[in-house]
Amino acid sequence: MSASRTKAPRRRRAQWIETRAALLFISPWIIGFLVFTAWPVINSAYLSLTDYDVINDPNFVGFDNYAQLFEDPKVGLALRNTFVFTVLSVPAHIIVSLGLALLLNGATRATGFFRTAFFLPKMTPPVAVGILLLLLFNGQNGLINGFLGVFGIDGPAWTTDPAWVKPGLVLMSLWTVGSSVVIILAALRAVPQELYDSALVDGAGWWRRTLRITVPMISPTLFFLFIVNTINALQSFTEAYTAFFGSGNTTYSNDAALFYAIYLFQQAFEFLHMGYASALAWLLFLVIMAITGVQMLVTRRFVHYEGGQP
Amino acid sequence: MKSPLVRWSVVSVSLALALTSCAKGTGGGAAAPSQSPGQFDPGAKYQGAISVMGFGATDEIGTTRVDKAKAALGGADVKLIEGDLDIQQFLSAVAAGDPPDIIYANRDQIGTFASRGAIIPLTACVQGEQIDTSMYNKNALAQVTFGDEVWGIPEFNQVQITMANAALLKKAGLTIEDVNGSNWDKVTAATKKLFSAPGGKLKVIGYDSKLPEFLPLWAKANGADLLSADGRTAQLNSPQVVKALEFAVGIYDAQGGFAKVKALRDSADFFGKGNQFATDALGAMPMEQWYVNVLNDVSPKAPLAFDTFRTPQGEPLAYSSGSAWAIPKGAKNPGAACRFAKTMTLVDTWKAAAQARLDKRNADKKPFTGILTGNVKADEEIKAMLTSGGEPWDSGVKAFYEANDHTFSLPANPADNEFKKAWQDGVNRVLNGQDKPQSSMDKAQQEAQAALDKAWAGWTKRTN
Repeated sequence: MSASRTKAPRRRRAQWIETRAALLFISPWIIGFLVFTAWPVINSAYLSLTDYDVINDPNFVGFDNYAQLFEDPKVGLALRNTFVFTVLSVPAHIIVSLGLALLLNGATRATGFFRTAFFLPKMTPPVAVGILLLLLFNGQNGLINGFLGVFGIDGPAWTTDPAWVKPGLVLMSLWTVGSSVVIILAALRAVPQELYDSALVDGAGWWRRTLRITVPMISPTLFFLFIVNTINALQSFTEAYTAFFGSGNTTYSNDAALFYAIYLFQQAFEFLHMGYASALAWLLFLVIMAITGVQMLVTRRFVHYEGGQP
Repeated sequence: MKSPLVRWSVVSVSLALALTSCAKGTGGGAAAPSQSPGQFDPGAKYQGAISVMGFGATDEIGTTRVDKAKAALGGADVKLIEGDLDIQQFLSAVAAGDPPDIIYANRDQIGTFASRGAIIPLTACVQGEQIDTSMYNKNALAQVTFGDEVWGIPEFNQVQITMANAALLKKAGLTIEDVNGSNWDKVTAATKKLFSAPGGKLKVIGYDSKLPEFLPLWAKANGADLLSADGRTAQLNSPQVVKALEFAVGIYDAQGGFAKVKALRDSADFFGKGNQFATDALGAMPMEQWYVNVLNDVSPKAPLAFDTFRTPQGEPLAYSSGSAWAIPKGAKNPGAACRFAKTMTLVDTWKAAAQARLDKRNADKKPFTGILTGNVKADEEIKAMLTSGGEPWDSGVKAFYEANDHTFSLPANPADNEFKKAWQDGVNRVLNGQDKPQSSMDKAQQEAQAALDKAWAGWTKRTN
């Protein structure tokens, strides 16, 4: 009895020493997180309740900024644009990535080369992608319309016609599928060969094997990409900003490309409404949380985990 | 029992929350601190480093003047932070209490910076350094005057003239008078004659009315200002403005719509030999005067014709815009900054820069086609230094000097950017086919007036 009494404080002391050591080792991360993540997040919540122009002291206005969100027609426009872009780009991104990864998986010697080739565009700075968009998709002499012209198709004015701006941006976003291709390829390589062998014995063709074995087996990876790409699409900024709102286009801006993050940036750094921009940021945060939550609930039953639900 | 990790996390977040509750702006609050003329002694010598944000001395006009300014400071080193002024970077620096000594901004940004207290008034600087403000272009000076004080020293000036492809005009049986804006029906008719779209694909833009940026020019030609003289009342949905917009948009509609014109406009090698005049891809457009120099440099044999932009009454008219020097709040060396701004814009400095340009042009066996500054006395002196480039270049130079004598500008106000954004968005909605002119400008009027009212209220609150 007395021995166990003396052991317990010793154990607690040992645990505390271990915890302290662990905290000490991860303290650079903790400090970095508090200073560069937690503090700005908390401060942004505070600023969203103020009228703040960066230079002068913030003036507390309660929930006025949040009330303004519902009266501002551009918030609705920006949200609609962002949703449309997300709905178009995320499936396109995953389908193209999966297609390329399946092709690569079938290749043998050249896999390494193509993997690098597909990934390289991902290294292009997003600003350059925005400028490339203007060049490649120019309705008059862009490469895309030139290519369509070979088949007798008179391509649209991708960069100036509001109806074609978002499809153009979606196509351009496929420029960066490389990272998803690499991730899917890794997942494809992890699918047990025995499953394919059994299916072959049963007479299953390529399409059936892909649909019944490959896709279910890599569904956790596809689900991960689905979530991450959705969040990225909802935060889209640089390419569209460079192409339609940046320094080369300061006068002509196309509302069809006004994504939520662009409007947020304009309010914060062009009009100096940092308080309102903070409220916009929190609304985006809530929207992303809600969409991600719904996605997780809806898609859970389509995701196959070998060891059961995580 | 909670783990130590959780307890530590709670302590950290509580600390963060406690800090937040004390959070205040990093700025100093109300109006910018007043300066006294005594701080700006024309005989003083300055040492150390002077940081200049937003200005790149990339050509002989810039380098010559920076050298002059360095000499005038008496030993201080001038550090240029090149590239266009980054508002985010600038305001962050002011908020952090570590601003540059002087900034190079567009004149239409000065009102907003002044109203927020991001820059200091230059009244004491002007008095102390004995800067003769009468030498500056009146419109340019008005654009940087806010709340009865001067907040910026005008630098370059920009005006528009009519530029046209003489060969295309001749082929269509037209002259420059048909496209100089003096008769809007003639401009529309000329557009239809000049434009070419075989098979529905636009090959030649007949006339580019240069929307959205030149709406103020078309509106003024039609007798309307976008903003009241006191900078407080937006006038974006007045019948004259809407009519001007309808006309200027109609120019694009007559050519298959703005989307096609913009796509062709974007595809031109604007600053190179493949520019739209040299490649016969454009009939005519109003454009800023500096483009005459570009065209003369890259395609001296292009078939060009120039005239001033004219009102329906036949009078020359130009919308004046340009740059200015301003001193940020908290600048460590406002005295040196004031001397720098003064020296960069003095008549003798501009003359030295013009001489450097003249020497370079002579060496290249090309004419010196002039520069327009915010200093009217310097403009007169430089005009006397010009060398003839023959026709059509001499007509182009004559046109932009004439235009420079017939300018207007938008008054300074504390919501420049939002006001500009509102009317440009209004025009863009019409160009994109998303709205009708009257309805779109009604919305623009509401947005602009709301922004002006809020900004002026903020200014009143800060200054009372």
